[in-house]
Formats: sequence, structure tokens, C-alpha cells
Amino acid sequence: MTGNSNTRFDVQQVRGDFPVLAREIRPGIPLTYLDSAATSQKPETVIQAMSTYYQENNANIHRGIHKLAEEATLAYETAREKIARFINAPAADQLIFTRNTTESINLVAYSWGRKYLSAGDRILLTEMEHHSNLIPWQLIAGELDLVLDFIPVTSEGNLDLDVYHDLLKKNPKLVALTHMSNVLGTINPLKEIIRNAKSVGAITLVDGAQSVPHFPVDIANLEVDFYAFSAHKMCGPTGIGALYGRKDLLENMPPFLGGGEMIKRVELRSFKANDIPHKFEAGTPAIAEAVGFGAAVDYLLEIGMDRIEEHEKLLTNYTLEKLLDVPDLTVLGPPAEEKGGVVAFYIKDIHAHDVAQILDGDGIAVRAGHHCAQPLHTKFNLPATTRASMYLYNTIEDIDRFIAGLQKVRDIFK
Amino acid sequence: MEDFYRELIIERYKSPHFRGELEPNDISFEDDNPACGDHIRIDVRLDENHVVTEAVFSGEGCAISLASADLLLESIIGKTIEELKETTKEDILDMLGIELGPVRLKCALLPLKVLKAGVYGVGETISSD
Repeated sequence: MTGNSNTRFDVQQVRGDFPVLAREIRPGIPLTYLDSAATSQKPETVIQAMSTYYQENNANIHRGIHKLAEEATLAYETAREKIARFINAPAADQLIFTRNTTESINLVAYSWGRKYLSAGDRILLTEMEHHSNLIPWQLIAGELDLVLDFIPVTSEGNLDLDVYHDLLKKNPKLVALTHMSNVLGTINPLKEIIRNAKSVGAITLVDGAQSVPHFPVDIANLEVDFYAFSAHKMCGPTGIGALYGRKDLLENMPPFLGGGEMIKRVELRSFKANDIPHKFEAGTPAIAEAVGFGAAVDYLLEIGMDRIEEHEKLLTNYTLEKLLDVPDLTVLGPPAEEKGGVVAFYIKDIHAHDVAQILDGDGIAVRAGHHCAQPLHTKFNLPATTRASMYLYNTIEDIDRFIAGLQKVRDIFK
Repeated sequence: MEDFYRELIIERYKSPHFRGELEPNDISFEDDNPACGDHIRIDVRLDENHVVTEAVFSGEGCAISLASADLLLESIIGKTIEELKETTKEDILDMLGIELGPVRLKCALLPLKVLKAGVYGVGETISSD
């Protein structure tokens, strides 16, 4: 899982792997990309893998007898195996391809939720969820008359685990939470949270959109029931994501969408569902994107997830230290040692949009808004924050340009 | 970039001339920009001829959206409801004096959207009188 840990991490070499990083955003102004929590940039190998697939192997999968169809099927299923291994899932057939994390969570809500939940059942979420792990449960709660409870976020940006233990006494059927907050950067103590949830018989689901790209994730060790993530935040293409599920759960769940590929036998008024994972992959899937997803995993493994984590830690520590010198600026979330490479902040009396706009003038890409976590912003009484997020290709110089940009923001608004 | 944050925009953002709430009022409407969670409310008072006598805004937003609100309200005092309806996107951009991309355009136009939604509500009441 960790790759070649004996070679040095060379960030300039890594940058050379990402074509977009070489472009000028405006004449003479380089790109400083600090928005990887929204989507990561793509290395040449991923772009090339997808292009080669279309140029040499393109065919529909699982049906054709011809050579191209066999090659395409093999490419698609090989990608599945790589990705399953990457998160240490027990078997590749427990890894379902979806469009993204959002669709993975919706799949569980509609397939597992509709079968196993009924009026009055409780679902336990947290106040730091991305809308993708909130709205699907609001929808299914409305349909089935379920009760939603929330683990509160403390003022430091951590989950209040004392309240969590109290809420577990209400016997939730499901505990669904993010591995890492896309706003606060908080990395939740999943192992403990999952163990506690299991002790009251709850099923667990984790939104891994911000974790899988940035540090080693070991599904078998976490003993989680469902785990969702997206390719596009981990150097892969948009349009494809994955859902890991516990085998017995997946096998007993009804299909999510109906159509081709998800069936074993069809009659006019009935069908027999296919085996997992195909049962959940109706219609022609995103084949080239699966190939790109596999290439992204190859790329990350070659660099080494441990080293990516270490590099991001260094950048995050440096950023937080430098931000201390910017007057009237407050960073959300826990201290550096408990935080991933996501730094959301606000500057007194200056709106996040204006901060992002002025930074963009210097080619610095950050995100401004509520980052699809509006209830969390409401809790902290902030309409919006600005967020800088890092990845393996960011440098100390990127952070220095970002800090200089913030000084400029203050000058314009002084 | 400095052009983007013209002195006028920063000045109106920091010291708006038309910030507040009016109770009672003849028109009051509020709306959000879902992209950023910004929220603007506009209150308007009319005389017996449906001419705007007072107009103020409240809420949260960036410099572009709040300066846009302030300049918009300044421009509507003394206008009739019918004249208000003719305010366009170009009028707003002229007042701000900047060019905007699609995302920031939503910020700049939120106040106009709120005002028009309020005005058309009144328009319907008036026509049903």
C-alpha cells in the first residue's frame, strides 16, 4: 500500500507529471492550484491511459465475444482489482463502480435503506457532513419516516464523542460519517467510532472522498460496512467513483438502478439480478474512466501514500504557521497534528468570494463558499469561508504565493 | 485585478448608503445565492403613485453583491414600479463598471433578482386590484 518508500519524494518531478501545472493562468502568471479538495489535477499517465484505451481497446464490456470486447472487459475488471487492493478490500467483487461518492451513498440509501429501514428508525450522522452524506438521508428519512440524529462538532472542530455515546443509546440502525471533513480538515477517529457503532448493532458507512486520496486507508482494518470515494479527487477522471460494501450486505441488497448488465435472466414481467458487483452496475459503465481510475491508483502507489501524507503534513504545518501572521484571519478546525491538507479560514469583514477573486488575479486557485457543508457554516455563524487545499504536487512556493496574495487582499480592503 | 475592486465598490461595501430594514414596507423580498450561501433582503416603500420613496437592503454577501445592492437601490429612488421592471443586467454592470465572469455575475445580479421578485409580486397585487 505504501509504494517505494526508499526513494526520495521529489515534488518538482511530481509536478512534471501534471501537464496543467505548467500552464500560465494569465500571461506571466503561473498556476498555484490549491483546490484539490474540490478536484485534483490529473497526471499524464492517467490522461494517456484513457486516451490509449479509446485508441486501441474501445468496446462494450462483458457481452461481446470479439477480441476488443475481451480487452475492454479485462481493462475494466483489472481496474476494479487495483482499486480494491488499494484500499485493502477483501475482494474485488465488493468494489462497485458508481459515478462518484454521492452516487455511492445514494446507492446505499435507496437499496439498503429501503429494504432494511422503516418508520421510526434512527440514522446517526454528524454536523460536519458534506451535503452528499446528508441529503440522501434526508430524502430517505422523508420517504420512510426515519429520524436523523447528529453528532455535534465542538468549537475546536472535532466530533463530540461523549454525545456520540449518548446518541448510540437510541440504537441507530446506521452510523454514517465522513473520514475527513472537507472544511475543517478533521480526521475522525474512525476505528473507535465504527467499533462503538457495531457494539449497538448499527451498520456503518463512511464518506472517504477526502481520505482515500491523501493517506493510506485500510478497509479490512477499519471493519467498516460501506465506504464511498471518488476517482477525481485522487488524480483520476471525473464521472467515476466507488462503493465498497460488506459482502453479505451487498448480496442481500436489491439492485439500485435497473437495466442491462445488472441481470442474470429477464422475462417480460420479472428478472433475476446478477451477482455482485454487476447487480449494482446497470447500463454501460464509464469504462475509459475506470481505466483512468486504475491508472491513478498505479500512479499514487508509485509515489507512495505514506510519502504523499507526509508531504501534505509538511505543507499544512507550514501554511498554518504562516497564516498566524495574517491579521484578522481565523482558521477553522483542529490544530495541525489532527488535520489533513485542508485549510478553511475567514478574514474579518472581508467576504470569502472577494478573497478568492483577488487571489485568482495572481493565479491562485482556492475555493470560496460553504463547500457543500452549509449546516456546518451555519453552526459557526459564517455565510462562507475560503479554503486552500493541498495535494502531492503543491510546494512551499505555492504557499508563499498564497500568503502574499492574502496580504494583497488586506491591502485592497484596508 | 485592482480595477475589479474599484474604489467605488470597496467604498460602497464598507460604508453602504442604503443598508437597513423598513417596517412596515410595501415590498419586501429575500433570496439566496445557492453557490455561496449569500443572502439579501430588500425592503421598499412606495407613495400613492407607486413611486419608490425609500429602499434599503440587509443580509450577507461579498463586496460585489453588496455594492451592487447599494448602487441599485440608489438608482431606483424616485422611480415607479413600472420603471423598476425595466432595470437590466447591463444597468447593474454599468453601475459597477466592471466585467464579470459567470460565477461572479450571479453575485452582482442577486440584488436585482431579489428586487424584481419583490416587484413582480406587487405588480400582481396591483393588477388584481
